[in-house]
Order: sequence, then C-alpha cells, then structure tokens
Amino acid sequence: MIHSLINFDFYESFVAPFYQYLFMRRALAACIAISLSSAPLGVILIQRRMSLIGEALSHGTLPGIALAYLIAGMWLPALTLGGALAGLIVAFFSHFVAQKTCLKEDASFSSFYMIAFALGIIILSLQEGSIKLVHLLFGNVLAVDSASLIFMAMTSTVSLIILVVIYRPMIYECFDPLFMRSLKLPTHFYNFTFLTLMVGNLVAAYQALGTLMALGIMMIPAVTARLLARRLTNIFILSMILALIASYAGLLLSYHFNWPSGPTIILVSGGLYIASLGYVLIVKN
Amino acid sequence: MILFSQLSHLYQKKIALEDINLRIEAHTLTAIVGPNGAGKSTFLKIIAGLIKPSQGHFSYQHPFTLAYLPQQSGLDKTFPLSVKDVVAMGLWPQIGLRKGMNHAQYLSLEQAIETVGLKNVENHSLDSLSGGQFQRVLFARLMLQDADVLLLDEPFAAVDEATTQDLLSLLQHWHQQGKTILAVMHNLSLVRHFFPQTVVLAKNLVAYGPSDEILTTDNLLRAHGIMGAS
Repeated sequence: MIHSLINFDFYESFVAPFYQYLFMRRALAACIAISLSSAPLGVILIQRRMSLIGEALSHGTLPGIALAYLIAGMWLPALTLGGALAGLIVAFFSHFVAQKTCLKEDASFSSFYMIAFALGIIILSLQEGSIKLVHLLFGNVLAVDSASLIFMAMTSTVSLIILVVIYRPMIYECFDPLFMRSLKLPTHFYNFTFLTLMVGNLVAAYQALGTLMALGIMMIPAVTARLLARRLTNIFILSMILALIASYAGLLLSYHFNWPSGPTIILVSGGLYIASLGYVLIVKN
Repeated sequence: MILFSQLSHLYQKKIALEDINLRIEAHTLTAIVGPNGAGKSTFLKIIAGLIKPSQGHFSYQHPFTLAYLPQQSGLDKTFPLSVKDVVAMGLWPQIGLRKGMNHAQYLSLEQAIETVGLKNVENHSLDSLSGGQFQRVLFARLMLQDADVLLLDEPFAAVDEATTQDLLSLLQHWHQQGKTILAVMHNLSLVRHFFPQTVVLAKNLVAYGPSDEILTTDNLLRAHGIMGAS
C-alpha cells in the first residue's frame, strides 16, 4: 500500500506533467537540445576567459532580434540572422576599442552591450503590447512550437558536430595560442567558428530562456563542472549533465509552482553551483 | 641560415628592435641576451612568424620546420590537461584535426616523457606540477615536434637547478643532432658554458659572435647603457 503510494506520487510529480502535456514535452526536448550544446561551449568560453564576450554577445543580440521582429515578425531565420549580426557587431567594436584606446576589454565590452541592450528594448517597445518584451527578455519555454523546436535541435546537432571537429585546435589554442600560431594554423578561422557557434546557441536558447537567461545555461553548468572536475573530458560531460538536471528540475518546479520557466531553470543551475561551492570550500579544504 | 637585414620593429609606437643586420648559421646553438625590454622575445617571435616586422627583411636559405617554446609565465598552469595531453600536442603536424595516434607515435610519446624524466607523473594534471616539471613537459613536446629550428623564450626561468642541468644536456644533444637552436637567456654563466654563440641585444644589435669573445664587460655595459639612455 505504502509502496504503491510512493510510486504513485513519484509518477504524478516527476513524470506525469511531461506525459500528459504536449507543451511540457516540447519544453523538455528544447531544454535538452540547448543543454547538450550550450554547456560544452560554456566550458571552452571559461577556459578562454571569454565570459565577457559571452555577455556582450547575449545582450548585444537584442537590437538585431528586435529589429528583425519588427520587420519580419516571429520568423526564426530572420530573428537568428538579426541576432547574430548585432552580436558580432557589438563584439567587433568592443574588441576594436579595446585595441585602439586606453580602455580595457571589460570596460569597452560592458559599455557597448549596455548600449545595444537599451537600444533593443526601445525598438521592442515600438511594437504594441509589452508581453512580447517580457517573452524576449525571459523566454517562454512553455510556448515553444514545433518550428522552434526543430530549429533548436538542428542548432544543437550542428554545433556538437562542429565542436567535435574543431575540438583539438580549440583546446590547444586555449592553452597555448602562440604554439598554434607558430605552426601556422588558421587560428582566426577557429576563433570565428567558435564565436558563430556561440551566437547560434544563444539565439536558439532565446526561444526558451530569453535574452537575459540564455547565457546562464551556457555559463553556470560549465563553471560548476570546472569547479568539481579536473580533467577536460570530465568537465565537458559533467557540464552537460548539470545542464540537463537543471533543465528537467527547473521545468518541473516551474510547472508545479507556476514560476517562469527560464529563471527557474537558471536558479536550479545556480543552486547546484552554490552547493558545489559549499562542497569545495568546506568539505575539500 | 637565417638572415636579418635592416630589420626594425615598432610595438605600440615604441621601438622594440632597430636596424638589425645579422646572419645566423644553420646548426648553431645561440643564446640571446640583453637587458629587460631589449627586444629579445620580439626577436624570437619574428623568426617564429608570430610578429611581422615593421621594416626590413627576415629571410632564410632553406625552408625549415620550427618549434617555439613560449615563456612559461604566459601559460595557464591550472588548465585541466594532463602531462600526456600536453606532450601529445607535439604530434599535431602528424595527426592534425581528428586522427588518433598510431602505435609508433604512441611509443614516441612515451619515449619523450621518459627522456625528460616524467614517467611517474605522466597522467597527473598540470596544476600538480612544479615549475621545473612543467618545463620538462614543454621540452618533451618540443622533442615530439622534431623541428629543424628551435626557438626558446627564457627556457630556464623559474626552473630548479637539477631540471636546468637535464634540459641543458637535452639542448646539447639536439645541437649535436644538427638542429639550429636560439634561446633567450638570463643566466650569463650558463651561456658561457653551454652556448657557443651569443647575440647581445639592446634594441640594436650590440654584438654577435662566439660567446667567450662577445660576453665582455664592455659589451654588457654598452647594452645596459643603451637601454638606460632610452
């Protein structure tokens, strides 16, 4: 009796929401796709100490997306292209200013992405109805339709394949850039490919998590994994697992408590991070 | 043979190297010395193709493969790689993007790790190594690269005495095999003992030739004088 009660409870709380509702299944599939490709990109990002560029790309894409939305409506290819262009423009100018003036990268990057972000919000507000703004900022994973789901799955698959192909030079370049350049390898090509993958993944993650949260699923699981594991392979695998756990648990919590899904997923991920911090700082020392 | 003619380089609008005319023969073992900011690293980087000189030419008689050893301080020693991973980087020209190591390559990897005396820590991660052990890792990688020209930027900075001795004898061994070696050095007594040729730099070329003739108090004072004046 008790046994069957526990089983029943488990099913109701952990499985039924996904079994019964199509939107929950789609949401879960979308988050799995995003987790699998964003988390490993995040690992490379932190090893290259480029989290600022991630910030610039994720915030910087907003005006492009907003403009594309204003012109083409909720049409994914246009949103992606707009976002990618705006993100790369912000990254390019920030980098340029850091090279040519006395400003350091962090100062230059944060100024540019805040300008882009403000511009994006103004453009969005030109459109009637502020619900759209909230969705773009925080995402609405529960409203993922099959077109966006296919887009996310494709982005994730293509990113993972490309990542596997350029894995070795990417890692070598992170560890010892001069070594790679002394072998006359096209390091700019690899860097550019990596940036493109990041923009693609951030735009894909928007649909579900929103501009403000997209970077979270890329960074937090990667940072946590880096904290816990010492080998690169383990860090990659752990980052994916952590992102998947956060996605699943976050969706469930948001379903049961009626919290917004994007922030809930990031918060679960943050909870795992803080727990890991506690483990590392208290137990290990 | 590597030839510099009227080569100058500006870095952030400041002169790093000025009017260098120099000819370095193949198969020589050469030390590059000079005060801080004398352009020693820049000089190596120009040969390595990492920097394009602002003026003048740098040329060579025969095409060669080169291996570059960066300053240890420029590398992230907490990077989550193992000793074996880093040494295996030296196989890049042979295995490229995706190929795995074949048996012969694996044996040469093991051999290189053995030669630098890191057999017992080959699976350890980088953050557990001492400065000396870290430099041994980089030397094992150089060994696998098996290049004609070796460019070493301060190979013995932050390295213990025993490691310095071991790695110096490796350098001499490679020199005897016919490799051309250029190393930025600080310790002048090591230079006098182990490097047949020396270049003294102070943005300009102060002197070049056999170490025992070149490393005079006069030349060294001149090098410091030039740097002090600018």
